[in-house]
Amino acid sequence: MTSRAAIALLIAAFAASYALAQGSDDKRRSGYQDMGEALQKMQDDDSANPGMLFVQLGRQLWDKKAGSADKACADCHAIAVMKGVAARYPAIPQGADTPIDLEGRINLCRTEQQRGAPFPPEDQELLALEAWVAYQSRGEPIAPPDDPRLAPFRAQGEALFRLRRGQLDLSCAICHDDNAGKKLAGATIPQGHPNGYPVYRLEWQTLGSLKRRLRNCLFGIRAETPAWSAPDYVALELYLMQRARGLPIEVPAVRP
Amino acid sequence: MSNVLINAPKTAKSGELIELKALIMHPMETGFRPGTNGRIIPRNIIQRFVATWNGEEIFSMAFSPAIAANPFVSFFVVARQSGTVELHWTGDEGFDVKEQVAIAVG
Repeated sequence: MTSRAAIALLIAAFAASYALAQGSDDKRRSGYQDMGEALQKMQDDDSANPGMLFVQLGRQLWDKKAGSADKACADCHAIAVMKGVAARYPAIPQGADTPIDLEGRINLCRTEQQRGAPFPPEDQELLALEAWVAYQSRGEPIAPPDDPRLAPFRAQGEALFRLRRGQLDLSCAICHDDNAGKKLAGATIPQGHPNGYPVYRLEWQTLGSLKRRLRNCLFGIRAETPAWSAPDYVALELYLMQRARGLPIEVPAVRP
Repeated sequence: MSNVLINAPKTAKSGELIELKALIMHPMETGFRPGTNGRIIPRNIIQRFVATWNGEEIFSMAFSPAIAANPFVSFFVVARQSGTVELHWTGDEGFDVKEQVAIAVG
């Protein structure tokens, strides 16, 4: 398939899935729909989307042996099996009782299977691996699992989403539910759906995780940011994924 | 580990104007930013990009610290003969990446 045909197909797939997601009176919009045309084209063209560099890096790292067990991701998992994984995370891993996000899952494999040191937050290799895994779910609708054990964490996430905090005394909901679509200075306030993470954010000039984005927002409202390892982020992500159920995964998305 | 994405047509008609696009992973560190320890992070940018077609230069540019990370370059060229286009990036800290694409002109 030529790249042009692939792009056309991708645009058609996105358009179709948005049409599906918005069939009735569903008012949800991906951040993609709130961007300018130039950025949308940048995201759609795989040879202009800088996130694809990280996807390519992730593909190389997937086959690279690491840790004292000298195992590569590819030694255990066929990459094709990763299709749909990013659409259903966070999830509770076997033998555990708290949910982890996709990067938590990668780090768990890293320490338990490869017997290596876990990646630090926002590590380029971690983001690249996450992008490569999530890229397999591109175009798949977000489908959070019905695991009843997740319900309390999801409820906690929703409570955090509605919690007013910081010197500006704002909650996530005030901007992203009540005022989404309006302007904050020159920028359109998006609805805050997590369907493109890890995203290539032009302001960061690199790929970044949902956690980084959430910390950015907290910093912006002058609230205290929980530690990188805090369970708050996973709880919030659980609620956000539930809220975005059905929207297609766009990894690697480009955002301003 | 070099990480490049190139978009070039595999075939072109003789005399046709074609677009070549190339994206490369690079931090493009400006040399003006302090790091977490307060010291300036040394400049690390790509300095020069040269494209050749069968060895003959068809496009070149000088980079500056104001260019964003992971720079994207796009340019047009008239296809005259089948051959190899070589893209060559050089820069600070011994950065040196070469990539080739073959284009058949008929």
